[in-house]
Amino acid sequence: MDTSFSPQDLAFRDEVAAFFDEAFTDDLRDRLKDNKQFKEAIVEWQRKLNDKGWVAPNWPVEHGGTGWSPTQMYIFDSERSSRGIPNTIPFGLSMVAPVIYTFGNDEQKQRFLPRILKSEDWWCQGYSEPGSGSDLASLKTKAELDGDHYVVNGAKIWTTYAQYADWIFCLVRTSTEGKKQHGISFLLIDMHSEGIKVNPIETIDSHHSLNEVEFNNVRVPVENLIGEQDKGWTYAKALLAHERTGIAGVADSKRALGEVRKLAEREVNGGKRLVDDPLFQKRLSDIEIELMALEYTDLRVLSQVATGGAPGAESSLLKIKGTEIQQAIQTLAMMVAAHYQGVLPTELDGDVLGNDFGMAARRSYMYGRAATVYGGSNEIQKNIIAKAVLGL
Amino acid sequence: MNFDFSEEQTMLRDSVARFVQDDYDFDTRRSIVATEEGMSRQNWQTFAELGWLSVPFAEEHGGFGGGPVDVMVMMEEFGKGLVVEPYFATVVLFGGLLRAAGSEAQQAQHIPGIIEGSTLGAFAYLERQSRYELNDVATRATADGDGFVLSGEKVAVANGANADMIVVSARTSGEQFDEQGISLFVVPADADGAERVSYRMMDGQVVANVVLKDVRVGADALLGQADSGYGVIQRVVQEALVALGAEALGLMGQLNTKTLEYAKTREQFGVAIGSFQALQHRMVDTFMSYEQAKSMVYRAVCALESNDKDVTRTIHAMKVMVDKCARHIFEEAIQLHGGMGLTDELDIGHYAKRLMMINATLGDGDYHQAQFNGLSYSASEPASVASLSDAA
Repeated sequence: MDTSFSPQDLAFRDEVAAFFDEAFTDDLRDRLKDNKQFKEAIVEWQRKLNDKGWVAPNWPVEHGGTGWSPTQMYIFDSERSSRGIPNTIPFGLSMVAPVIYTFGNDEQKQRFLPRILKSEDWWCQGYSEPGSGSDLASLKTKAELDGDHYVVNGAKIWTTYAQYADWIFCLVRTSTEGKKQHGISFLLIDMHSEGIKVNPIETIDSHHSLNEVEFNNVRVPVENLIGEQDKGWTYAKALLAHERTGIAGVADSKRALGEVRKLAEREVNGGKRLVDDPLFQKRLSDIEIELMALEYTDLRVLSQVATGGAPGAESSLLKIKGTEIQQAIQTLAMMVAAHYQGVLPTELDGDVLGNDFGMAARRSYMYGRAATVYGGSNEIQKNIIAKAVLGL
Repeated sequence: MNFDFSEEQTMLRDSVARFVQDDYDFDTRRSIVATEEGMSRQNWQTFAELGWLSVPFAEEHGGFGGGPVDVMVMMEEFGKGLVVEPYFATVVLFGGLLRAAGSEAQQAQHIPGIIEGSTLGAFAYLERQSRYELNDVATRATADGDGFVLSGEKVAVANGANADMIVVSARTSGEQFDEQGISLFVVPADADGAERVSYRMMDGQVVANVVLKDVRVGADALLGQADSGYGVIQRVVQEALVALGAEALGLMGQLNTKTLEYAKTREQFGVAIGSFQALQHRMVDTFMSYEQAKSMVYRAVCALESNDKDVTRTIHAMKVMVDKCARHIFEEAIQLHGGMGLTDELDIGHYAKRLMMINATLGDGDYHQAQFNGLSYSASEPASVASLSDAA
């Protein structure tokens, strides 16, 4: 049992730190915060990572991955988050790419993977439907074979950044026979196809990141089918267990908790710093201690994966605990913000308003509710653990 | 980074596990607890023969030269079997103090006896008024000729009734709460003026109040420097807390296993109660508590072994986590066993009571959280949350 860094690890940390310090400029940081410039800025950042060969650490080396050890993954993520650098957008790099390199044919790999690495295509995910949430396998969006094309009809919902997307990876129904999990296919659809309509959904954080995507007789070439027809559920499930690194969000939660603490050192109540209030300290350390434990849970899973272990349901545990902690931090930030949590977007600056973080705290708190809902709600994750780990 | 046990550690763990499996079923344990001494001398000889009593001691004293991880793997297995023999009091506390502060002569005098099983030891640190403050010492030691005279009372001394030698903390200078001025003395349990009143605790342990009435000891009884025993106590208590954390882990794991087995076999409404989602989710929650507690114990043992600069905070955090998870797990175990969970006949309540005693030993969760908060959020501390590595 050994968790200390080797000299090689320390050298790697210096290399990562030096790269981030140079490549992640203040200008980039500012533009990422601006909704209007976000897409362009994140693509620019991902391309810088790709030039360094670090945009897809989790991929197999032959497709462009780094082959890093769990310790190196940990170092990379810690250095990233400690500088407040956002994670890469997951839909292409972490979600569809593993399906393509695991289940796709050579032509598909050559066609899509290099473009994902270079951030030339923006991907979005077409899983949930208006009538299919937690019961994902009940999905109804239909794909019917017509010559060498599928004709797709139906709708997907909660599609993050569909407004930016060039491609969507979809679960579609190709058969209604047998079990509902059977008859689902994994289809890659060009978002610029005729018959696709994107309807924005404004969320309770006053932002637009979610959408409904309608498909009206959209023609998709058969070469865009991944693997075999009717087997898409298997591929999607394999993908769900695949994305373990980062699912707990430990590094980003550490950063966020540190930010809350800094704010609590600044806020003063009756002449006393909020951070010195024993009740507040209790709330802070409740979270910090859970996070210290989760960091080791995450590392234990990572090192199991590296040695070929890990049966698969660990990602559910990491997801549940990780999102609970994220939300607890967001709640604490709201408590620090006090009445300033109510401030709505305005032209006035923070000095005039008396506080410059209330709005940001509310936005992340409100949108943060999504974390325990998406990616399989936390209740669904508990069902998975009950079945897969506890054998119930 | 790896979380694997070495070959020796695996053998050690298996050796204790085999003993528990073959020779320590619940009825056997119950009959041992019912004896006057509340332990089996025969088992103790077996522990000696199997080399378990030698584990943390240096090879020059006939020890195995093991570290915190070696002790952890054993304590976890002792926990699984609810083992009452005084490994913790004799090897971890008494032996730990000798290792930390004993002169060459003192170590040579006492450690071989521990290893061969002929010396049982104890550490008398609690006083009626002291609760969890190890620096609250009213027992006095007054220099007298070339020795000392001890007077005062120590209470609830674990293994105090059976111990041959007892390390006593006593004040050689300063006021009742001063950290400076505490000294440690190795006192024969049958010394003139030492009286013991033994009684039982809810976890089956036989403890003793030790009244010291002008007990005269030689200068060679002083363990370490006069007046500076507090630092020694703190160091040994850190090791002891991690050992108790490991024992608690074994207990928690057993409770979860037993509860799960029960839920799979107990039928109500014509089906196994484990098929009810309300109960499944509760068992998933206790599973996650166990994993988080395990991560925190691992984190603490790694910090201890590598002498990490954050070791003190990490061990406080571990005790907080173990306290919280233990209570969660044993309360749920009782609830899910229904009426049977309340019976003395079933082992569930006995696991619960041992966990309750561990929670109340050397500081409960609230006590350690207050210590953690003091170290983490005081005005002088920089705003950062825990991170891995960087050995001191």
